[in-house]
Amino acid sequence: MDRRRFLRISGVSLGVGALYTVAPALAGGAEGAETARRLGRGNGERPEPFTFFQLSDTHVGFDGPIGTTAFERAVELVNGLGTSPDLVLFTGDLTHDTEAPGEHANRMRRFQQIAGRLKAGKVYHVPGEHDAGLDGGELYRNVFGPTSYSFEHKGVHFIALDNVSRARPEVGAEQTAWLAKDLARFPRTAPIVVFTHRPLFDLRPDWEWFTSDGDEVMGLLAPFENVTVLYGHIHREHEHQIGHARMYAARSLCFAFPDPETTPEKKAIAFDREQPFKNLGIRQASLTPGRRPEASTIGVKEVELVMNEFSGTEGFNQLLKMPTL
Amino acid sequence: MRREMLFLTGGVLLVVVAAGLAAAPRGARAADEPRVVAITARRFEFSPREITLKQGETVKLQLTTEDVTHGFFLRPLGIDAEIVPGQTTEVVVTPRAAGRYTTICDHFCGAGHGGMKMTIVVE
Repeated sequence: MDRRRFLRISGVSLGVGALYTVAPALAGGAEGAETARRLGRGNGERPEPFTFFQLSDTHVGFDGPIGTTAFERAVELVNGLGTSPDLVLFTGDLTHDTEAPGEHANRMRRFQQIAGRLKAGKVYHVPGEHDAGLDGGELYRNVFGPTSYSFEHKGVHFIALDNVSRARPEVGAEQTAWLAKDLARFPRTAPIVVFTHRPLFDLRPDWEWFTSDGDEVMGLLAPFENVTVLYGHIHREHEHQIGHARMYAARSLCFAFPDPETTPEKKAIAFDREQPFKNLGIRQASLTPGRRPEASTIGVKEVELVMNEFSGTEGFNQLLKMPTL
Repeated sequence: MRREMLFLTGGVLLVVVAAGLAAAPRGARAADEPRVVAITARRFEFSPREITLKQGETVKLQLTTEDVTHGFFLRPLGIDAEIVPGQTTEVVVTPRAAGRYTTICDHFCGAGHGGMKMTIVVE
């Protein structure tokens, strides 16, 4: 084990999102004690194990066959795990945009109604472009609060980063300056989780899967030795590594995009009414604790769903008509 | 590739882009004005949907919008411009590598934004 690593953060996709387990790996030593002191300065918390979920791209209001069914199923699965996660992080596109007067606010309230059922310690959000791209994030801020912020939880520093509300895929100079100041409070050993909507690297620029100033953000994070970046936007699982930073994308809870390595066109994967949650990957996980945190295992199994409500072709055709986002 | 100039004059935004390994020709005579290609943006399409350029040929793209602000983004050719209502954005580009390049709007413009794209063919 790298003694400089202070906490170990491991993630596993559950299909409905991703479950992350945080376990202390090195709480002793002068450096570890100093890191713990700084991270607990604001809330008095000590580093200790906890779990959190990442859910993404619920697109409440999107006129597709799934509607909010997968989102609501995900909430049920999280609530059914037995042990409530400390946190749930939503990585954007909570709602689908609309220009009908008042309708976008209705969709945000509908999102809150469903997310409000989550049995979790706290729920945090960042916006996606469909939440905040048309109005600079004004409505989102009225409903959900700031689009970027940070907080500490049990020895981990969390950073919510907004790379959508400037309409373009960028973080912007003002937020980058704020990030630099925020990070300056911590030693390089501090465990950091960044959650944002778009990937902070060039995953597929011609599909708009990038952040134009993502390199600057990653440059600020580069000195830190335990960085996890969580994002959505691409509606599929993906992992990437830049230096010490590990990056994970969560699947959507609305519809899926194909593998950009094998698909020339950015088109949503067609809805399969026989398997309505296919590629949204509704799966259930069970956590089996080991003697040590790193020895814990998570089992995953597919969940069978009743499909009668998806009979007919209307919803299927809707997805075909709107192949891109 | 690198962006060489960016300035705003009289409502015309000019972006000069040198794409590929070499910069745009600097010794071109004044008479050798680059070919102009006009591209219009509107939600959620570009017109024309495809243009063809020649390798090594310096071309001036004149970009306008009929409605809201749009983006015009093509990483391989170093193009990253905004098209603002009431202004003409000019992008001067000298493509060096042949290929079919998908150019996208990267300024979120509504529900069909994700499908707003055109193709630049370099022969």
